[in-house]
Amino acid sequence: MKQPSRRSTAAAVAILGSVVLSPLAFAAPPVVKVDGSSTVFPITEAVAEEFQKARKGATNVTVGISGTGGGFKKFCRGETDIANASRPISRKEMDDCSKAGIRYYELPVAYDALTVMVNPQNNFIRSMTVAELKKIWEPGAQGRINSWKDVNPAWPDQKLKLYGAGADSGTFDYFTEAIVGKAKSSRGDFTASEDDNVLVQGIAGDKGALGYFGFAYYIENQKKLKAVAIDGGKGPVAPTPENVDNGSYQPLSRPIFIYVSEKSLDKPEVRDFVDFYMKNARPLVKEVKYIPLPAKAYSGNLDHLARRKIGTVFGGENETGLTIEELMKREAQL
Amino acid sequence: MIPKSLGASSSASGVAGIRRLIARHKTLDWLFGLLGTLALLLATLVFAALFGQMLINGAPQLSWEFFTSFPSRRAASAGILSAWVGTILVMLVTAVVAVPLGIGAGIYLEEYARKNLLTDIIEINVTNLAGVPSIIYGLLALGLFVYQFGLGQSIAAAGLTLALLILPVVIVATREAIRTIPQNIREGAYACGSSKWQVVSHHIIPYSLPGIMTGVIIGLARAIGETAPIITIGALTFIAFLPPSPFSNAEQLISFEWLLAPFTVMPIQMFNWISRPEEAFQANAAAAGLVLLLMTLSMNALAIWIRYHFRKKIKW
Repeated sequence: MKQPSRRSTAAAVAILGSVVLSPLAFAAPPVVKVDGSSTVFPITEAVAEEFQKARKGATNVTVGISGTGGGFKKFCRGETDIANASRPISRKEMDDCSKAGIRYYELPVAYDALTVMVNPQNNFIRSMTVAELKKIWEPGAQGRINSWKDVNPAWPDQKLKLYGAGADSGTFDYFTEAIVGKAKSSRGDFTASEDDNVLVQGIAGDKGALGYFGFAYYIENQKKLKAVAIDGGKGPVAPTPENVDNGSYQPLSRPIFIYVSEKSLDKPEVRDFVDFYMKNARPLVKEVKYIPLPAKAYSGNLDHLARRKIGTVFGGENETGLTIEELMKREAQL
Repeated sequence: MIPKSLGASSSASGVAGIRRLIARHKTLDWLFGLLGTLALLLATLVFAALFGQMLINGAPQLSWEFFTSFPSRRAASAGILSAWVGTILVMLVTAVVAVPLGIGAGIYLEEYARKNLLTDIIEINVTNLAGVPSIIYGLLALGLFVYQFGLGQSIAAAGLTLALLILPVVIVATREAIRTIPQNIREGAYACGSSKWQVVSHHIIPYSLPGIMTGVIIGLARAIGETAPIITIGALTFIAFLPPSPFSNAEQLISFEWLLAPFTVMPIQMFNWISRPEEAFQANAAAAGLVLLLMTLSMNALAIWIRYHFRKKIKW
């Protein structure tokens, strides 16, 4: 009578033990968690896809979209390993991170050209000056600038319809800062959407339309839209990868970043992923229609990791009109 | 018989008057019928147009690979594997939690609860809960499940959130179903000496089951398309791996590691594809929408079948 009961107890203990220990014995592959900007998402997604293929499932990567701000919130709470950011970390986010004891590496991964677009049937606009754009977009323009003629008397009296990024996006922050001179300062009577395809449809179907969004959406919809060359003081410059590369497309070229937590980098899978990111970024960035940095920028990032150069070179400010060359000089000072 | 008032002048004109009245009523009748048909046609046409467009755009994408591939930056090789697996697992958690809780609460309120102020308050709250916007449930779940209970951004957290969301639907459906059972059945059972639990388990539950199941499935069909609360608690956009299998090894039959795994669901995958710059992804989104719609339709079909099948068995 006793024998079987003891055996069953032993069996129960064994089962219980295996249940408790199972996470150790049969651990799922480690996960690298990335979250943040929808602008950076396509790049990190492409890297994650290739990385998982290369590692054959030994490491898993998740990429979420919660906006640059939302991404930093999670990052500074220690919930994610990497934050995707379409602008440098802000003063407040720096404070949040330091309160939580999160230190980070700032790695620029690509450039984006914010592109200003009009309807293809618009035949009087080829280029615009920053001053003209400011005249259209500044808060005081609301109710006053309603027609193209109000901006420049040489243009026809056609109703001006505006399309722009939603107020929560890094794109909106950057555009307002670069054009109006103050982040988040914009007129309110325009069609705002976080979904750039809504803006594409709007501009494509409206003869008097003007709008702005990231370069990738313009390239994919070239037939429906007409890009405007921007005159930042040195003559009109078209939004092309070459003009971003040579620093002439100003002030609407912007760097985009990933931020890597110092603690997470001690985990071999995160280190492996970031290494892979920097070594494969150039072709992948190009493939998803962003502008890659020169190769030495990526090796410079790896150098920063190796020499443990943490922190940001922006000091909490969102600087506009930085060329790739200037950005690299700046990062080298870290 | 012609009423006096009508037949007062002359009986002939009175008959004609009645005929006119009847004709007018018939015309009104016919007009209302037409209006109703038009309303129905409009609703059906809108759905048919949406469905047709999705079918035209999405159907060419539907292939075995579409179901067995992970999301990708290349539209042609992108699939919905992690999305549909995520959706099914989340629905599983939702059903396991919401069904017993909802049915239990419904039975309690109908059969056990005394009519007093407390029950009234509970009743009003349950009815109101059914109308609370789903994002509110998402915010509650973010604080409670994700952070307080430490479940993280996991399948378990998402399943529990959607369970909360459909709980009022299940409770209300259960109560409605129970109310359709004639009082004589209860009285007959009590007269034969049944206890309350015997009445509930032998009569109330079996007879109300078709109605309850319909409610449960309508609730689940609502939950399957929910996006807002799932985004709030942190479903991911790119996830190219599956949760750990529940049947991972022989020694330990069932593992629950998958409950805490990160996940994505169908509506989020669709949303991501719709907002992509490349036009090819729009077709993928349509195909994913088609799959989601088929999932919902088959759930509704199941509800109809269950109602029909169980009702046949009830012999009062």
